[in-house]
Amino acid sequence: MKRLLLGDEAIALGAIHASLGGVYAYPGTPSTEITEFIQNDPLARSQGIRSRWCTNEKTAMEAALGMSYAGKRALVCMKHVGMNVCADAFVNSAITGVNGGLVVIAADDPSMHSSQNEQDSRFYGKFALVPVFEPTTQQEAYDLIAQAFDFSEANKVPVLFRIVTRLSHSRAEVELREPVRHEPLPLAQDKGWILLPAIARRQYAALLDKQSAFAQASEEAAVLEGGGSGLGVIACGIAYNYVRESGADVTILKVNRYPLPEKKVRELAAACERIIVVEDGQPVAEQDVRGILGPQYKVFGRLTGDLPRTGELTPDNVASALGCSSGKRLAVPGPVAARPPQLCPGCGHRDVYNALNAVAAEYPGARIFGDIGCYTLGALPPFKSLSSCVDMGASITMAKGAADAGVFPAIAVIGDSTFTHSGMTGLLDAVNDGANITVVISDNLTTAMTGGQDSAGTSKYEAICTALGVSPEHVRVVIPTAPNMPEITRIIREEIEYRGVSVIIPRRECMQTLRRKNKK
Amino acid sequence: MKQDIILCGVGGQGILSIATVIAQAATAAGLHIKQAEVHGMSQRGGDVQSDLRLSTDEIFSDLIPDGSADLIISMEPMEALRYIPRLNAGGAVVSAAEPLVNIPDYPDQNEILRALSALPHAEVREISRIAREAGNPKGSNMVLLGIASKYIGILPAAALREAITVIFAAKGQDIIDANLRAFDLGAGNGL
Repeated sequence: MKRLLLGDEAIALGAIHASLGGVYAYPGTPSTEITEFIQNDPLARSQGIRSRWCTNEKTAMEAALGMSYAGKRALVCMKHVGMNVCADAFVNSAITGVNGGLVVIAADDPSMHSSQNEQDSRFYGKFALVPVFEPTTQQEAYDLIAQAFDFSEANKVPVLFRIVTRLSHSRAEVELREPVRHEPLPLAQDKGWILLPAIARRQYAALLDKQSAFAQASEEAAVLEGGGSGLGVIACGIAYNYVRESGADVTILKVNRYPLPEKKVRELAAACERIIVVEDGQPVAEQDVRGILGPQYKVFGRLTGDLPRTGELTPDNVASALGCSSGKRLAVPGPVAARPPQLCPGCGHRDVYNALNAVAAEYPGARIFGDIGCYTLGALPPFKSLSSCVDMGASITMAKGAADAGVFPAIAVIGDSTFTHSGMTGLLDAVNDGANITVVISDNLTTAMTGGQDSAGTSKYEAICTALGVSPEHVRVVIPTAPNMPEITRIIREEIEYRGVSVIIPRRECMQTLRRKNKK
Repeated sequence: MKQDIILCGVGGQGILSIATVIAQAATAAGLHIKQAEVHGMSQRGGDVQSDLRLSTDEIFSDLIPDGSADLIISMEPMEALRYIPRLNAGGAVVSAAEPLVNIPDYPDQNEILRALSALPHAEVREISRIAREAGNPKGSNMVLLGIASKYIGILPAAALREAITVIFAAKGQDIIDANLRAFDLGAGNGL
């Protein structure tokens, strides 16, 4: 049976068909659709696969490790920067090892279509000494996820499964297989899970001992194809598709697993005069290939400028690097203006920024620190309200640090879901330090940017803030609409003038989720 | 045989529904298909675009190489112009005539329409007017698909009509019929 699936959906279905016990994730483009698919799939539901959204990537990673400890197969999904959030748990899960199969999906976003950076998650695989799988196509994604679970269980190690935007968000037909019923393993009994130094040293040595098995598996998975000109191509993940699209007469080493298959790389080098490394993201494999082949062998790629150092691969930049560019392009024949994304008409964040701008104009020293979500668009015209946007939760802590240095008023704007993801601990710091900041939790009752997933703290925000020590009279709730503007601006002024931590919660449902509800 | 199509417009205009219908028809016809779409931030009123590739042979790249698309289907005239560098020299453009002005520096509308109509193979139509005529004001995207159907040589129009009935099946016969009327009026089949 065949089915048209997004890369994300192919991974989800592949995991369901490989006897998944639970998925743990926080939404993030381009990974969100994996978990959403599992949440809505009838087979996943009938099997009781655990799939609710988690508060952040770290809680997700740890809960998945717990499920693995208990003997079931667990999947963790996140966008690339989520790896930074769960890095502590991820790196140490390689030291404990796993019981039930544990696969961690990192969806990288080269070209930053919907991200703040284009970090390459394969570095995390090298860093943590875990095997990395990187599928080429939707079909391979579906097939490889089952292999990843088997490999994880057989080698007692988490597998990092790396994808990129163009695989996540592209549809193709996938041939499905019969779902496998796989009995959960017995509960883990060994002491390797207790990472006291004496045990951790043993575990780390054991992880190093497994490396040759990982390398051997990569050798077996890599495929040498064609016997063209003197040019050899190492094609990693989806890069293979662009190399084939170009029609270039070359010898290809198709790589979908790391550590890089060293023997196959040497074989390719021996058969060719020079090698170009084609990989989406950062030059991770290219650096390894240089190390393997030494300075005498000619290796090209992103580091030499034959492929662009930044941005995603395209069929065009790959064809050009392989010397078979078509070249002919029509010009844009008329006037075209940029059309950046913007907050939806009627969105409550709009009223929040109108109010903040009105009050901030009265304070020449005012700085508004932003965060990650739809409301980051408040940095663009017509609002231009924000001075920063760095990472999940940084609005509160940057405002605090700036206030420590004398900035007044120091205002943080953070969304409801981002606040529970990574804002709460920063708010506790601010309370404990008596920081003079005003925190705006712009609550639209959902995780809006990624398409309206449940927000972990809905209906709990006032209680969370007061429990963290914000005084109840300085936790103010408003409804962000134009008629309420006088009240909202008055409250913002009052809380700016209060010398301490105050929290203002403008609360109104997201226009997108409201529209969907009204349709039903 | 293969056909590479660029679908474009503004976030929220329904280009992904057009893609879904074509993809359904292609799947039913046993064609190979790849369809890359845009999710996330740009869906908020920004320009959105999808690469749709249909072929009787295996397709490698999810993205269409520049200068090689056979057809641009655009829900908005300025957006059609934006993607002309993706089109091959003999390629066709099917676009809505109605601009969606949600930016302060939107260019002169007449200049945009002049540039479009000067292209060798362009069909620019008032799709929201036609959708209203079809009694389906929300069906502009199906009108556009109807207009585009005669340029999608790899699939017969009947296959696209059949796909509409499958894709909208869950929404009931009235919605199916309304979308078929929009499609037919766009295709010039009358009512």
